[in-house]
Amino acid sequence: MKIILKNTHLLHPEQKVDRDKIDILLIDGVISKIDNLKKDDFKDAQEFDLRGKYIAPGFFDMHVHLREPGREDKETIISGCNSAANGGFTGIACMPNTEPAIDSAEVVTFIKRKAASHLVNVHPVAAATVGRKGEVISPMAELYENGAVGFSDDGVAIKTSAILRRALEYSKMFGTPVIEHCEDETLAGGSMNEGLNSTTLGLPPIPSVAEDIIVSRDILMAEYTGGIIHIAHISTKKSVEMVREAKKKGTKVTAEVTPHHFTLTDDAVKTYDTNTKMNPPLRTREDVNEIIKGLKDGTIDAIASDHAPHSIEEKETEFDYALNGIIGLETEVGLTLTELYHNKILSLNQIIEKLAINPRKILNIPVPKFDVGEQANFTIFDPDEVWTVDISKFKSKSVNSPFDKRLLTGKAVGVINNNMMFYNGEMVRI
Amino acid sequence: MPLSSRHLLGLQGVPKEDINLILDTAKTFREVLERPIKRVPTLQGKTVINLFYESSTRTRISFELAEKRLSADAVNFSVSTSSVSKGETLKDTIRNIEAMKVDMVVVRHPAAGTPLFLTKVCDSNIINAGDGAHEHPTQALLDMYSIKEKLGKLEGVKVCMVGDIAHSRVALSNIFGLKAVGAEVSVCGPSTMIPKNIEELGVKVIYDIDEAIRENDVLNVLRIQLERKAREYFPSIREYAAFFGITEERLEKVGKEDILILHPGPINRGVELSSGVADGLKQIILTQVTNGVAVRMAVLYLLGTMN
Repeated sequence: MKIILKNTHLLHPEQKVDRDKIDILLIDGVISKIDNLKKDDFKDAQEFDLRGKYIAPGFFDMHVHLREPGREDKETIISGCNSAANGGFTGIACMPNTEPAIDSAEVVTFIKRKAASHLVNVHPVAAATVGRKGEVISPMAELYENGAVGFSDDGVAIKTSAILRRALEYSKMFGTPVIEHCEDETLAGGSMNEGLNSTTLGLPPIPSVAEDIIVSRDILMAEYTGGIIHIAHISTKKSVEMVREAKKKGTKVTAEVTPHHFTLTDDAVKTYDTNTKMNPPLRTREDVNEIIKGLKDGTIDAIASDHAPHSIEEKETEFDYALNGIIGLETEVGLTLTELYHNKILSLNQIIEKLAINPRKILNIPVPKFDVGEQANFTIFDPDEVWTVDISKFKSKSVNSPFDKRLLTGKAVGVINNNMMFYNGEMVRI
Repeated sequence: MPLSSRHLLGLQGVPKEDINLILDTAKTFREVLERPIKRVPTLQGKTVINLFYESSTRTRISFELAEKRLSADAVNFSVSTSSVSKGETLKDTIRNIEAMKVDMVVVRHPAAGTPLFLTKVCDSNIINAGDGAHEHPTQALLDMYSIKEKLGKLEGVKVCMVGDIAHSRVALSNIFGLKAVGAEVSVCGPSTMIPKNIEELGVKVIYDIDEAIRENDVLNVLRIQLERKAREYFPSIREYAAFFGITEERLEKVGKEDILILHPGPINRGVELSSGVADGLKQIILTQVTNGVAVRMAVLYLLGTMN
């Protein structure tokens, strides 16, 4: 099938492409011509006028919880992929805290097979330890061979320094990162960030130092072992500062941040809305400011949603009993453009780096290229479209988001990958 | 003049006028409680449910008595919290209760924010009878009433909350209420039990109990929880009693034998208060209990006659 994307603005910071008013011809999902289209090319082609819209290498969310296997009532592999496509992503990495955990080749294969025919590429992050129990490292070689792109006990940090050491040493053989949920479990267990708000709300606190201690431990261990560490959902000022210093020293450390951690502060918890309960918790203005600084200066490499679907019963309850986390795939691009682009914190090129290029580099996944003969792997976005979040229209099976009814500026309007195009809410084979 | 809210969820942000209205109304009811017939028909035909997710004897009885003295129909509903995970959701419970045409709900719950949650899922007036470590507004109001009764005023009075401030809803409600009416508030206890940012609430932190006694007009002594979880915060009961327990010797040494001491009860004798001090307080503590009924009558009356 022939597709022509007309009048678009191509942006690819890695290839140094920045060209406006471009027409692209795709034949059967492959880039066939960029610009200088002839009359003949338009014959039998389906045309899409993308005036005012940008095409970037397909966005990639490196931190998604797909709940399958185990909790298909919250999200399945397919519903999660649909949610990703609707949010503007052509690839995701899914975290291993499923039931059973992704700690065997069988589960990795199961996930890859289920997602195989989808527009969205799914790359499992496998458990760093068997059953995520922190006792024995997982069969990393086999997991890697079957498609795991990283190792993590996400939900918790790797329990002991000794096991972390082994995980970093072993995964180093494949060049894959250990992805850490940084939280000292002996200090954790609360419902929100420790501070004035936790005191006045009477909610059990989680101190920021619980994150900092593990970030510090992990950086030291990465330095010592030469292993690769990736800090998931960084949320505190001190952690950002430590990652910045470690990078200067050449430590193999990278970091991601979620849109909610750069958009909201713990003031949002004052309503006791359980959709403001997440782990790491929403922090203070001071932390958010440092995160913004870290996004600007490159300390924070990637933006990832930590998409965490939960059932209504698990969220519509007393704050202390509600589960942690929110869905994020379908608000991520909008929040990033609203908060970071329109507030003049990051350029569109920098945003594409954090949403498309760096996450793939961290996980050793090839970055899609804008070259003739390459398969089209695109995100089409409009940085200026003003829209109101309506969770009921989302593709995720869950609705736990604090951003419902929020006005955003900037939206991913379509994605193309694996010979499929998702545009205007419709999935078509191309 | 009515109250500015149709619920009493806490004292944070409650205007001084509301607090004074409740305390003044309580005074009227306090007089009713001295009459031979202690019942008024004010809330006749209204149904109040006492929804207790945490065991409590005195608060529940105090509310129940207040409801009966106002001629309301009082119903008790106690839920064991151990069944929370498998039992009916709170939302379902409250919807069921509301279907029984209840006008007001008095709720106690171990999770902070639950009373606010209830206002979103039902139409009744909600009164917080203690939610987690958040607020216990009627306890603070009765403490304030008792202080005013003894000292004649609240403005400028120096009150120190003593004990486990970090886990105390009584402390937090007292801080908000007392600050609103112009009292000076300090807290005293082991540093592990003082929340990190408490000073931002305009509260002074004191670690030396002698200093707390010396500098204040009132000590509001909180009950120390003796179970294991609370014990992580201090080395031993012996050490707590030795360094933060209020004893006759201590009061004498500082020369403040006449300091006003409140305690929400029940007292751990020999821990936060020595037996001698506790016995000396019998009168004020019992007055606190009576005042509690009057204050709760005032709250029920003011909210129950609003709509």
